[in-house]
Amino acid sequence: MSRIKDLQKNLFGGTTSNARQFGMIFTLVAIVLLFQIWTNGLTLTSGNLIAVVSQYSYILILAIGMLMVIVAGHIDLSVGSVAAFTGIVVAKTMQEFALPWPVGILIGLAVGALIGAWQGFWVAYVGVPAFIVTLAGMLLFRGGNQYIGNADTVPVPEGFRTIGAGFLPEVGPDTGYNNLTLLLGLAACAAVVWRELKSRQTRREMNADPAPMWISVLRMAVMVGVIVFATLRFAGGRVGTSLPISGIILIALVLAYSHYTRNTIGGRHIYAVGGNARAAELSGVKLKRVNFLVMMNMSVLAALAGMIFVARSSASGPQDGLSWELDAIAAVFIGGAAVSGGLGTISGSIVGGLVMALLNNGLQLEGVGSDMVQIIKGLVLLLAVAFDVYNKSQGRFSIIGSLTRPFRRDDPSPPTDRPSPASDSDKAPVAG
Amino acid sequence: MTSAPVLLEMRSITKTFPGVTALADVNLEVRQGEIHAICGENGAGKSTLMKVLSGVHPHGTYTGDIVYQGEQVRFSDIRASEHAGIVIIHQELALVPGMSITENIFLGNEPRKRGGIDWKAAQRRALELMAEVGLQEDPDTLIKDIGVGKQQLVEIAKAFAKDVKLLILDEPTAALNEADSRHLLDLLRGIRERGVTSIIISHKLNEIEAVADTITILRDGHTIESLDVKADGVNEDRIVRGMVGRELHSRFPEHTPDIGEVFFEVRDWTVRHPISADRLVCKGSSFDVRRGEIVGFAGLMGAGRTELAMSLFGRSYGVYLSGQIFKDGEEVQLRTVSDAIDHGLAYVSEDRKAIGLNLLDDIKTSMVAAKLSKVSTRGVVDPVREYRYAEEYRQSLRVKTPSVDEGVTKLSGGNQQKVVLAKWMFTDPDLLILDEPTRGIDVGAKYEIYGIIQRLADQGKGVIIISSELPELIGLCDRIYTVFEGTVTGEVTRAEADPEHLMKQMTSTKKTPIR
Repeated sequence: MSRIKDLQKNLFGGTTSNARQFGMIFTLVAIVLLFQIWTNGLTLTSGNLIAVVSQYSYILILAIGMLMVIVAGHIDLSVGSVAAFTGIVVAKTMQEFALPWPVGILIGLAVGALIGAWQGFWVAYVGVPAFIVTLAGMLLFRGGNQYIGNADTVPVPEGFRTIGAGFLPEVGPDTGYNNLTLLLGLAACAAVVWRELKSRQTRREMNADPAPMWISVLRMAVMVGVIVFATLRFAGGRVGTSLPISGIILIALVLAYSHYTRNTIGGRHIYAVGGNARAAELSGVKLKRVNFLVMMNMSVLAALAGMIFVARSSASGPQDGLSWELDAIAAVFIGGAAVSGGLGTISGSIVGGLVMALLNNGLQLEGVGSDMVQIIKGLVLLLAVAFDVYNKSQGRFSIIGSLTRPFRRDDPSPPTDRPSPASDSDKAPVAG
Repeated sequence: MTSAPVLLEMRSITKTFPGVTALADVNLEVRQGEIHAICGENGAGKSTLMKVLSGVHPHGTYTGDIVYQGEQVRFSDIRASEHAGIVIIHQELALVPGMSITENIFLGNEPRKRGGIDWKAAQRRALELMAEVGLQEDPDTLIKDIGVGKQQLVEIAKAFAKDVKLLILDEPTAALNEADSRHLLDLLRGIRERGVTSIIISHKLNEIEAVADTITILRDGHTIESLDVKADGVNEDRIVRGMVGRELHSRFPEHTPDIGEVFFEVRDWTVRHPISADRLVCKGSSFDVRRGEIVGFAGLMGAGRTELAMSLFGRSYGVYLSGQIFKDGEEVQLRTVSDAIDHGLAYVSEDRKAIGLNLLDDIKTSMVAAKLSKVSTRGVVDPVREYRYAEEYRQSLRVKTPSVDEGVTKLSGGNQQKVVLAKWMFTDPDLLILDEPTRGIDVGAKYEIYGIIQRLADQGKGVIIISSELPELIGLCDRIYTVFEGTVTGEVTRAEADPEHLMKQMTSTKKTPIR
């Protein structure tokens, strides 16, 4: 078992909270393989992969923001309504004033920021629980959407549709592939190799033995292999298609937010607030500001997701964004975030979101009705979180447990030196 | 009084928690109709003894016998002891704020009529009980709308409603002002007249001296003595001697202080409670700290030492009313925690698990958490620098862990405390305020922590230590301030520090002239 743990540590550079993510990656691979066989190879065709990306990119964008909200110990139920509200405002203003579409996007982001500031104000400075503030926001902005749009659909101009339905242009020599996508793939491969070498160097500087070279090579080979495969699939679709623009926006956001949450002071502060708000405050973290920014950021991303959706469906309607919040929240929790806050990663949430997306897609390809799809998704969510809870009951730290321990004053708490369980074989239930 | 029959006898009670013996062979004898006080320092075992008596620690989790009304009893839970007429009123009142006085008095004990609650009877009985305890309020008033003093009376009325024979009050006056305290003590005397026996646990020795018939003193989980107040001519000094009269072992590393100038000074610091506007938690407190000096703050639980420290540390507690802070001769404004950190203050909280650490973090993340800018370049944390600092502290403080990548929950209490100390040493403070730095830590780790504290002082930093353990303060500090009810009541140098003298100042508002 310890060898598996070592391998896991080496392959994913993980420490404590990554066991779940590790499991989810395998679940993802298993789902892909399962459906690939089941659909006779339909899942991994260019056309289907491109469709999946353009169909789910906005949910994944929401999952980024939602991860940060949940890590900080809150929740945001309003994202679907905020997305719909932003969509209608942008569509309507562009229609009324014949604005160029880039201005429309800026207006949309500004609307998101304003809504976020509104919700952040109530959460951070008044102290209303985010659940309530965003439940109110859910109603407010859904109503706002229907009020502004007269419960009708409003079309958006051609240029605006690029962000939701657009592809990279065809340039350069005729290679039979989309050249820009190929270039992106190449850049990604280079980045993977560079990052691996850099992390080896970092580990050396920390006087720690870097993982054996073959592990690094294996890891690079696996990642480069995946990237090459994906690149060829996305570049090799029908002429005129490529990696969707919305997918590129998503990748850029994932990279930027991963860096922010993992490596910066601001990111650390979000985890600190979610892990123990009072301790964070006494360490000089500006609690209110962190809460405000996290809520505000969520609404800006929701606005962006809303615009991408509107662009893809070429019009804004009153039913846009229904139950998006649930998909985003599910993605974050499947991706290993803790319900009590303080734990979770962007990459985990993306993996969680992809699990849901591919499950959805595969079942749809198989012609499974939406009734069964929902039942299966519900069970996956439940099992994934149940696995997390089970882990905690096996001796890992649980916040709820420490809060409800009675008579703290007299009873000296027993030392928490239990051996960490990390029974890797237990990941199987999640896959089911 | 001594002729009255014995109501309760606890014989050879021993209660252990994992690693700690809370009570060792404790005996207690309470006579019918008396007021029996139990005294002892924090951690002496008073509350544990009462929990054994009331069934919070059920029969079987302790050894020894409880004989009550001539019969041996074995309570399995609180309900069982209440059924026998033993009612305990805890320091934290067990009332539902959103319910009325009547509802609270009969909570879990509602008079019934045809399957429902007989509110008429309840109302009538509530008025009678309220008259007995001298509570003049509309019985429909909600608990949250009356003061703590009156809430205390509701608790007692609630006990009466259960037909109480033995009433136990744990620190009943800790949260009360003087007038309410006096009323409560009068009420206790009235209860005695009616033949109800009561046990009172209190740190306020003047009150005990005034009201108790018998006093049992506990120390370190042992019964030290039982005094008859009238016959033995007991006074506060006598009680104090019983409470602290232990030998001071050399549990402290040798240390020669190198004390410099006064560099930190607080004048007339006044802060009110965060919620009740009329309650002052710090009342005009003034003190100073010199470079290289270890200054102790002695006081009983609830004296306001933590509140004082936290309010100084970026106004983290209560509402600031008035007072000044001077650092290096200049007045500074510390409005937020970051202000305080920037001005070289560090506060190590008394409850490291609840507010000192993020228990989800690993060791290195915790150690740099209070000053991330020191390991960052343009807002991006450099993992190499973070690791090096953490590794440095791991070695210099001898944190027992295979790696600084381990989670802090995996550490023992002493090692966690070292991580918290490292976290604050990392901020390069000039003044460290350590609140109960050795609470819940075993003796060996304590010694190490004392050594770290002395090294910090030797680096020219000022150290303030808040501790409920007098021997610790006397053994470690160059100077000790005593705090009582939010006020600094005295100041003693190392040479003059003596437990009885300190205890006296810790339990009275009178400023005794020293030196």
